[in-house]
Amino acid sequence: MNALINSTSAELLRLRKWSATWVVVGAWMALALAFGYVFNYVAYVSGEENFTSDGGTRAGLLAQMLPPALPDILVQGLPMFGGALAMVIGALAAGNGFGWGTWKTVFTQGPSRLATVGGSLLAVTLIVVAMITATLVLYLGVSSLIAVTEGHEIAMPSLEAVAKAYGTGFLVLEMWAVLGFLVGVIAKGPSIAVGLGLVWALVVENLLRGVGGLISAVETFTHVLPGTAGGSLVGALVGDQSGTPGVVTTIGGEQALITVAAYVLVAVVAAVVLMRRRDLA
Amino acid sequence: MNELVVETDGLTKRYGDRLAVDRVSMTVERGEVYGFLGPNGAGKTTTLRMMLGLIRPTAGSARILGQPAGRPDVTARIGALIEGPGFYPYLSGRDNLRTLARYRRLPDTELDRVLELVDLTDRAKDAFKGYSLGMKQRLGVAAAMLGSPDLLVLDEPTNGLDPAGMADMRALVVSLAEAGQTVILSSHILAEVQEICDRVGVISNGRLLRESTVAELRGGATLRLRATPEDAALAIVMRSAGEDGVRRLGDGALEIGLPATAAPRLVKELVGAGVDVHEVTAAERSLEDVFFEMTSTKELVS
Repeated sequence: MNALINSTSAELLRLRKWSATWVVVGAWMALALAFGYVFNYVAYVSGEENFTSDGGTRAGLLAQMLPPALPDILVQGLPMFGGALAMVIGALAAGNGFGWGTWKTVFTQGPSRLATVGGSLLAVTLIVVAMITATLVLYLGVSSLIAVTEGHEIAMPSLEAVAKAYGTGFLVLEMWAVLGFLVGVIAKGPSIAVGLGLVWALVVENLLRGVGGLISAVETFTHVLPGTAGGSLVGALVGDQSGTPGVVTTIGGEQALITVAAYVLVAVVAAVVLMRRRDLA
Repeated sequence: MNELVVETDGLTKRYGDRLAVDRVSMTVERGEVYGFLGPNGAGKTTTLRMMLGLIRPTAGSARILGQPAGRPDVTARIGALIEGPGFYPYLSGRDNLRTLARYRRLPDTELDRVLELVDLTDRAKDAFKGYSLGMKQRLGVAAAMLGSPDLLVLDEPTNGLDPAGMADMRALVVSLAEAGQTVILSSHILAEVQEICDRVGVISNGRLLRESTVAELRGGATLRLRATPEDAALAIVMRSAGEDGVRRLGDGALEIGLPATAAPRLVKELVGAGVDVHEVTAAERSLEDVFFEMTSTKELVS
C-alpha cells in the first residue's frame, strides 16, 4: 500500500510539472466554457438562435445557462470532447515512458511493477478528478455570474443532481483515460495510441452507429462500444433531445453504467498485467 | 571477505531462434570493479537486464546479494544505468531525481548528495532536454546512486561521449570504486576496462568466454627477440624459457615467456654462442590482443 502511495505521488509530481498535461486540461476547460456557456450567451445577447438551443425561445436559452441547468451542462460535452481529451492524457502518461526510457529507469529503482503502474493509473485518475472538479467550479461561477448579470436570483441545483452529474462525468472521463492508458501501454508509445484512439472515439464509433441502422449485427456490436456506453450514460441523465454530439440513448442507463464500469476495470487490469509480464527491452 | 554480490547460474535468454545470452555463469565480489567486456551485440545488456529483473531469463537464474534477482527489495539495492539514461525531458535534472526519490521516499538531502557526486549541482535546475550527452549520462549515474546501492551497474556509460566526457566518467567510476562501491561496468572499450577494472568477464555471441583478473588475462610480460640464425637462437632460448615458453611470431621474431629482467643474460648467452642479435624488446600484451585472440578462438570457461 505504501509503495502504491509513493508511486502515485511520484507520478503526480512529474505529470503536474508537465506542460502537456496543462495544455490538454486547458483545452478541455476552454472547450467546456465555449460550448457550455459562451456560444449560448452570445446567441442570447444577440438574439440569434444557437445550434444548442434546438429552436427554443430566448427564455429557454437563458434557463440553460442558469445554475439549475448546471448538472446537464456539466456532462453534455464529456462523451465526445472530454472523453477524447481524457484519452490523450492517459495515452501520454503511459506511452511516453517507453520512448523516454523512464519506465525502465523507474523499474530499476526498485518499486514493484504493480505499485508503479498502479500509481501511474491512480495519478491519471486524480487528474481526471481535478478536471471534472475544475469544470464544476468553473460552471458554478459562470452560471451564477450569468444569473446575477441577467437579474435572476441564484437558485442552486439540488445536491443530488450535481452529485449524479459529477459521478457520471467522472466515470465517462475515467473510462476514456484508462482506455487511453491501456492503448499507450499496448502501442508502447503515445503517437499511435493518441492517433488511433481519437479516430476511434471521434469517427469510427459514429460511423458504426450509422451502419448499425442498416445491419442489425453491427448495431448489437455498437451497443457494447465505449463511446455508446459513455454517451448513453450521459444520455440517461440529460436525454438525447439536446442534440449534443456523442450524447445518445442507445442503451439504458443501467446497462451503460455497467458497461462503463466494466471498461474501467478491464482496462486497468489489462494495463497492469501487460506491464507486469512484459520484458522491458 | 569475498562476499558474492552477483552470482548467475546458466543464465540464458532466447529470442525466437536467436540465443542472446547462452548459459552465462558469472560472479561479482563485493568491493570490486567488474568489467563486462564484449563487442556490441554480445549479450552484455541483456545479461544486465536479467540481473535487474527488466527481462525474464529463458533458463538459469541470477542471485543478487544472495537473493533471486528481480524482486523489488533486491532491485532497490542495485543502482543501474542501463542502455542510456531514461528521464523526463521536460523536467529539470533535480526534479527528475525528485520524482525517482519519491518512489522510495528518499529525503531531499539525498538528491543534493548524488548531484554533488556527479558534479551536476550547478545545472540541476535546467531541463534535462537541454543537457549535453555527458551530463545526461552523469545524471543517470546520479539516479543510480540514489539511496546508496550495494551494487552499481553501469552499461556502457561512456558510449557516445567525447574524450573529455569519457575521462570524466572514468574518473567518476574510479572515485566511486575507491569509496568501496561495487561496480559492474560493461564496455566494448578495452582500454577503459584495462584501466579501471579489477576483474573482467569476456562475453561474445552470448557466451561467457573467460572470467579472471585483468592481469591474469593479459598474462605476464614477454620478451620479443629477433636473432639469426634463427634455429640456433631458438635452441638457446628454449634452454632458459622451456619448450613451451617460446613462440615463433610470423615475422621471424620469437616471443619468449620471460620477464624483461631476463634480457641481459639471454643476450649474453646468444652472443656467446655466436648468434647475431638484431632486436630485443620487452612486450606486454594488451587486453585488446587477448580479447581478439579469445573472441576468435572461442575459448570457454571450463
